[in-house]
Amino acid sequence: MGMAILVNENTKVLVQGITGREGSRHAQYMLQYGTKVLAGVTPGKGGQTVHGVPVFDTVEEALRKFPDINTSIIFVPAQFAADSVYEAIDAGIKLIVIITEHIPIHDALRFVNYAKRKGVTIIGPNCPGVVSPLKSKVGILPNHIYTKSGPVGIVSRSGTLTYEISYHLTQAGIGQSTVVGIGGDPIIGTDMLEVVKMFEEDPETKYIVVIGEIGGTMEERLAQYIGSGKVTKPVVATYQVGQHHQAREWDMQEP
Amino acid sequence: MRLLEYKGKELLNRYGVKIPRGAIVKSLDDIDVLNTLKFPLYAKAQVPFAGRAKMGLVRRVDNIKDAENAARDYLGKVIQDYPIRKVLFEEGVNVAKELYVSITLDRENRGYLMLASTEGGIDIEEVARRSPEKIVRLYIDDYEGLRDYMIRNVAQKLGLEGSAAQDFVTVAKAMYRVFTEYDSELVEINPLALTTDGQLVALDVKVMIDDNSLYRHPDISIEDSDYTTEELEARKYGLHYVELTGYVGIMANGAGLTMATMDLVKEFGHEPADFLDVGGGASKDAVREGLKMLLIDDRIKAVLINIFGGITRCDEVARGVVEALNEVKTNKPIFIRLKGTNEEEGRRILAEIGLKTYETAEEAMEALSKVITR
Repeated sequence: MGMAILVNENTKVLVQGITGREGSRHAQYMLQYGTKVLAGVTPGKGGQTVHGVPVFDTVEEALRKFPDINTSIIFVPAQFAADSVYEAIDAGIKLIVIITEHIPIHDALRFVNYAKRKGVTIIGPNCPGVVSPLKSKVGILPNHIYTKSGPVGIVSRSGTLTYEISYHLTQAGIGQSTVVGIGGDPIIGTDMLEVVKMFEEDPETKYIVVIGEIGGTMEERLAQYIGSGKVTKPVVATYQVGQHHQAREWDMQEP
Repeated sequence: MRLLEYKGKELLNRYGVKIPRGAIVKSLDDIDVLNTLKFPLYAKAQVPFAGRAKMGLVRRVDNIKDAENAARDYLGKVIQDYPIRKVLFEEGVNVAKELYVSITLDRENRGYLMLASTEGGIDIEEVARRSPEKIVRLYIDDYEGLRDYMIRNVAQKLGLEGSAAQDFVTVAKAMYRVFTEYDSELVEINPLALTTDGQLVALDVKVMIDDNSLYRHPDISIEDSDYTTEELEARKYGLHYVELTGYVGIMANGAGLTMATMDLVKEFGHEPADFLDVGGGASKDAVREGLKMLLIDDRIKAVLINIFGGITRCDEVARGVVEALNEVKTNKPIFIRLKGTNEEEGRRILAEIGLKTYETAEEAMEALSKVITR
C-alpha cells in the first residue's frame, strides 16, 4: 500500500457526538468501510455502546482507555460543536475532522486559530471529511464510491461534486490516493493550498484534482502558487460558478 | 442577514457611537413621536439594500404633515420583493467631512480587517477601484483583539486630530464590540460624518450578522432583517432558495452540485428557474417543502432533481418527493437523479408511485429536454 495523506491504515478514530442520528449512522458506515473506530463521546451518555463502539462522557476519558486514538470526527450539533473542538484539541488529538454544518463563523475562526497555535490539523467545518480508499475513511463520503486506491488526489470545497467526480473516476478505473473535502464555510481549518502541498509531498499521489467554488480568494491563491512552478504534479481544476452570483450568501465579499 | 439601518444604529449607539436624533415609525399612529424632534427631518424607508436615495426612499420633510405623507407613501410599499415595515425619521447633521469605516472578516488571514477611508459616502469598492491608496487597512488578530494605539494610527492616517481622533477610538471600539459580540460578518459606517462642530456621527450603517449565530442573539428579530417571506419560509427547513428567471425548476443537495445542475440545464439550452439547495442531511420535510415551492411556481415547466447522497439519504429524499406530490396536484414532469446513500430504497419508493429515476444528471436532463420547449 502507498502513502496517502491525512488518514491511512494507522488512523484510530474517536467519534464525538456518536449517539446522535448522524454520528451513530456514520460511525456504522465508517466501521463497514474498515475504519478503525475505537470510541465515541457524548456527554451524559458514557457507558453505552453504539454499533459495538464504547461511548464515554469526555474525550480525556476515551483517550485514557484508548491511548492510540489519533483522530477525531465531530458530529456534535452546531451550538455545542466549538466546545467539542476545544475538548479534542486540549486532549491532544492532532487531526480533527468537523462534519457539523452551520457552526457560527466567529466560533470557527477562533478554534481554527487555536488549533494552529497548538499544531493541530482541522478539516472542515461543514465538510464531507477525508477518505484514503481501501485504507480508512474519516467522514461521510459514500462507501460504495471509494473502492479503488490509485494515483489521483482530490481536494474539494464541495461535498456532492466530490462524490460525483470520484464516482466517475472510479467508474473509469482510476483510483484515488486520498480525497479531501475541505468544507464550504468561509473560515476552514485547512485550505486547498495546504492540501495541494501535502499531495505534492505524497509519493502515492501522481495527479491532483481541485474542485473549487466561487467566494473568497482561495482558488486564486492556489492558482498563483501553481503558476509559480512549485507544484510538479499535473493539476486538473474545476471551478463552480453557476448563476448563483444572484444569491445572497455570496453578496458580501471583501472589497 | 443584513440588519435594517435603524437596528444597526441602535446596536452601535448602545456602545457609544453617536447617531442623529431620530425616531422609528411603524404605522401612522406612531407619527406623534416626531413632535419631540426638531424639523426639518429626513425620512428614510427601512429597506435592507443600497441606493435608497436614488429610489426615492429618502426625503426631507419640513413639518409633521409632510412626515405623515412620507410615512403613508413608504409603509406597506414593496420594493424588490421587500415590504417596507418601518420608516426612520432623523434630524439633519451639519457635515464637514464624510468618512468610511468598517470591520469585516479576513478569510485569507483568518482574522478581522478594519478598513477606513477619507472618501466616505460612496461605495468602498468604488474607492478601491478609483483610489486604492485612500483606503487604510488594519489587520486585527482575533486572539489579541483591537488595541487603542492601532485605532489612533488609523485616525492619524485619516487626518483626524484632537477630540475627533479621540472620538474615533470610541467609534472603532464600539464597532469592534458589535462585530464580535453580535457575530457579525460586517459592521460598516458609511458615511461617518465629521460635523462642523467636530463630532463624529454615524449617518448610515450596515450590519450583517451570521445567520448561524442567531440562536444566541434573542434581541435580533428576523423582522429587522433582509429576509422576505419566502426566504423566511425556506430558512425554517434549512433550504437555500434563490429565484432565477428561467423555467426549469432545480433542486439539488449542496451548493456546488446545485450550481453544476444549473450549468447542466444551460448546456442543454434551457434556463434554470431557481437555485434550490436542500443542504446536507436534508430531511424529508425539507425536500417536501422545497419541491412544493417549485411545483406551485407557475413559471416552472418541469423539475430536475439532482441528489448525490452522502449525509443526505436517498430514501429520505424519495419520501419527501412522494409527500410533496400527495400535497400538490401537478402535471409538471419531474426528473430525478438519485445516487449515493440508500439509493436502492429511494428508487423503490419512487417506483411505487411510478416515478423513474436516472443514474446520472445528464440522463435526467436529456429526458427533461425532450418533453419541454423553450
